[in-house]
This record gives sequence, C-alpha cells and structure tokens, in this order.
Amino acid sequence: MTEEEAKKLILETLQGKSKAKSKFYLKDFYAIIPDMKPREVKNIVNRMVSESLLEYWSSGSTTLIGLKGMGKQHSEEDEA
Amino acid sequence: MGKHNTPMLDELEKGPWPSFVSDIKQQVENGKQILKDAPEDLLGVMELSYDDKVTHWKHGGIVGVFGYGGGIIGRYCDQPKMFPGVAHFHTVRVNQPSSKFYTAKYLRSLCDLWERHGSGLTNMHGSTGDIVFLGTTTDHLEPLFFEMTHELNQDLGGSGSNLRTPSACLGQSRCEFACYDTQEACDNMTHQYQDELHRPAFPYKFKFKFDGCPNGCVASIARSDMSVIGTWRDDIRIDQAAVKAYVGGEFAPNAGAYSGRDWGKFDIQKEVIDLCPTGCMCWDGSKLEINNKECVRCMHCLNVMPRALRKGLETGASVLFGAKAPILEGAQMSTLTVPFLPMESPFSELKELIEKVWDWWMEEGKNRERLGELIQRKSFQEFLRVIELGPDPRMVDEPRSNPYIFWKEEEVEGGWTRDIDAFRAKHQR
Repeated sequence: MTEEEAKKLILETLQGKSKAKSKFYLKDFYAIIPDMKPREVKNIVNRMVSESLLEYWSSGSTTLIGLKGMGKQHSEEDEA
Repeated sequence: MGKHNTPMLDELEKGPWPSFVSDIKQQVENGKQILKDAPEDLLGVMELSYDDKVTHWKHGGIVGVFGYGGGIIGRYCDQPKMFPGVAHFHTVRVNQPSSKFYTAKYLRSLCDLWERHGSGLTNMHGSTGDIVFLGTTTDHLEPLFFEMTHELNQDLGGSGSNLRTPSACLGQSRCEFACYDTQEACDNMTHQYQDELHRPAFPYKFKFKFDGCPNGCVASIARSDMSVIGTWRDDIRIDQAAVKAYVGGEFAPNAGAYSGRDWGKFDIQKEVIDLCPTGCMCWDGSKLEINNKECVRCMHCLNVMPRALRKGLETGASVLFGAKAPILEGAQMSTLTVPFLPMESPFSELKELIEKVWDWWMEEGKNRERLGELIQRKSFQEFLRVIELGPDPRMVDEPRSNPYIFWKEEEVEGGWTRDIDAFRAKHQR
C-alpha cells in the first residue's frame, strides 16, 4: 500500500466512525493498516497532522488523534 | 486582601518552609506578566478547589505549536466567568539544559520571555526535569515558541505519548563517582530521538534517565522506563593509607556530611563493614579487603570513605528497564537487563537496544501500558528474546524470586516427543 492509499484509508475509516468517536489512540491506526509496521504508520499519522488532516489532543500524559475539526474544539472550551 | 478571599491558601504561608502561595502573591504584586490577572485568579481557583475538594481544571486539549505533538498541554478552567484570568491556562514544557546548568542571564531571559507571553509563573522543575511554564493563552503559543527557539536557542520538552525530556545527573562535570559522561549521553540521545520527543510515537509515555553511578541522583531506577546507571567491572580501588586515616580520625567520614551532632569516633566495622549488604568486606585493624565479585554497587563504602575507596577504572553503565509510577499496575523499579555496556559516544549499542525495545512495545503494548507493565504481562523471558539477550543470574534479584523459566521445544533434545516404551523400560508406572 502506498502512503497516499494509507492516508485515504485512514481518513475514510475515521470518517466512518466519527459519529461514535472523535479521538483515537495511535494503536487504533495500526489496526487500520495492519500490513504496515507501527513505526511507518506512526510517521504517516504525524505527517497527516502536519498537513492539517488530523489533529492531536493531549491530556498531558496521553495523546489521542482525531480528524481535524472533529470533537470538542478550542473555541468551544468556554461554552457552558 | 486581594481579589479573592483565600483563607486556606493563606495557611500555607505559615511555618518555616518556602511557600508557593507566597511566590504567587509576589507575582501578583510585582510581576510584569502580560496576562495580568492570571496569578490572582489562579489563587482564586485553587481556593475554590480546596473548598469543593475537586479540581476545577478540565482535562487536556488540542492546543500545540505547529509541527509538534508534545510540549504544550491544553488547560482550561471549568469556572471561566469566575476566574477569567485562568480560563485558558496552557502549560509549556521547556527542555531543561543538561544537568540543569544555567547562567543567571539565561534564567532571566526565560523569565522575561514568559512574562511577555504568559502568567510569569514557573515550576522549576517538573518531575521529569523540564522547566515548566504555567499558564498562557492559545494566541501566545506560537510567538512564545518562535522566540524561545530562535532567540534563546531553546527547545520544548516532551509530553503525551512521546519520549519525555531525557535527564541526567551532574555526571563528570562535578562528580568523582560518575562512570560515564551522563551529559553527553543525554544530549546525544535527545538529538538522536527528536522525532520521538516531539511527536507521539508510543502507546504511552517513555522516559530515559542517565545516572552516572549507582548513587542515582536522578533516581533513574525508580522513574524511567530505561535507566542507564554508571558502573565499573574491575575492582574498587583501595588506598590503604587513606583507610587508616579515616579510622584514625584524620579524615571526616561521609565528607563531614553528618558532623552536626556528636556521633562518636568513626567505627569502620560498625559503619561500613557490617553495613555491606553482601558482607563482601573485611577489616583486620590494618588492612581493608573487598571481595569485588560479591559487590552489588550499593555505594555505601565509597560514600563514607571517598578518599580511600574509588570506583574501578573500567567503567560503563548498567541498563535497566521498566520503572514507573502506578498507572495500570503498582509502582515498580527498573529491572537489570544489560549488566555492563560501554558508554562511549555515539552510544550505538544503547541506541540499537532501545530501538528493539521500542519496536516491541509499539507492536505489543496496550494503550496506556508502560514498558514495565508489558514486560510483566508478557514475561521477562519474552523481553529477553526480543532484545536478543540470554538470561544472566545478575538479572535475578534473589534466588527463586522467579523460578519459572520455561524451555522451548527447540531447546530440548528430542523436542516434546518421547518414545513411551523406552521411557517405561526405565520408569515404572
């Protein structure tokens, strides 16, 4: 699978789950592309963040990753 | 009284100890921070939390600086109307200089930078070692990062599921016990693993720490997934004349560290020989002898008589894996895995080892499972197989602490298949 195909598959998978879940562990991405080594998947995911396709969410101790703009956004933090 | 009534916090200013409440109040009075109300509202929200006995910080956020997936932690207050100064109060982790050596000028530059872009409040240092900037708003993050990296030549540290900021003891810069250059190792590994430090790579956090000797001044054995602890593999060097000088009272034991009270005359038998955990030392009144093969590097004798006893000359490090504070399982210390590794730049053997460990953990580790927990779950035997090391008695803390080492079929002559008739010829039913 090429990198572009992997990115497309990641986006489609996340969009398919977006109603139920907006943030994913890095390990969830390994399951999307089981034929690739975790290190390669990690690099693709991090590149997708740089390309503004995905975004990080961090509690400080753990990082989750989701589609850019999905789930609670910075601008909504002050809303009651 | 300030903007908020804080009777419980005020209690924390009493007594002879330094008080973080006094420090924050000092920032309220004298600070030049751009986020004017942040320190005062921080006192307010803390008092409310003490009163309610629950936190008023929300959990995490999506903020960061471009290209990095760590170093900035989103923090938001759940009472933004009551405490607008800390409604958005993001934390910034700054990679501390190796062994925390700074100049006053550098510290002032950091503090000035932080007053231009945040609350002015810092935590020197966080548990992992970072310089922590406490509290800023999202619009200040990129300008802060730009100035910090371009003008102060200073990088962010790690957070989230990243490699965390590596840390090292003072090492050979100041300490005669250091068995390798901890600062060089820390600096080299920090540069080598920039991607892992700045972008999430793992199921959870991963920490390296570099202790120059088994005294463990950065406590790597208790706090890091990979603890690199200096050691030697030849004999402790003994200066018999200096031993006699300690016994005769010419030199103060422990470099005079316990001289505040009258402990009586130094008693080498009671204070050194009898305290050796393996009983590997003896003193006949004129000569000190050490059975070096039994030495477990507790460092007590070297600490008590540093002018008489010195580490060996063939130095390197022991590498241990798996320490952590309690998250999924209880707190645990690192386990000795590589008894001796030469520690010369560019530290190729150490890098080869850590990359094997990471590949395994990335593949097998569950979400939020630290390396130590994975080793516990999959067995130390499996861990050794992955890193291609044979078992060694030095990896066992004490006899029979884990007697269950299972053979694999290929390791047993004839495998699992037996000729039952041949067996019964020798063994009755």
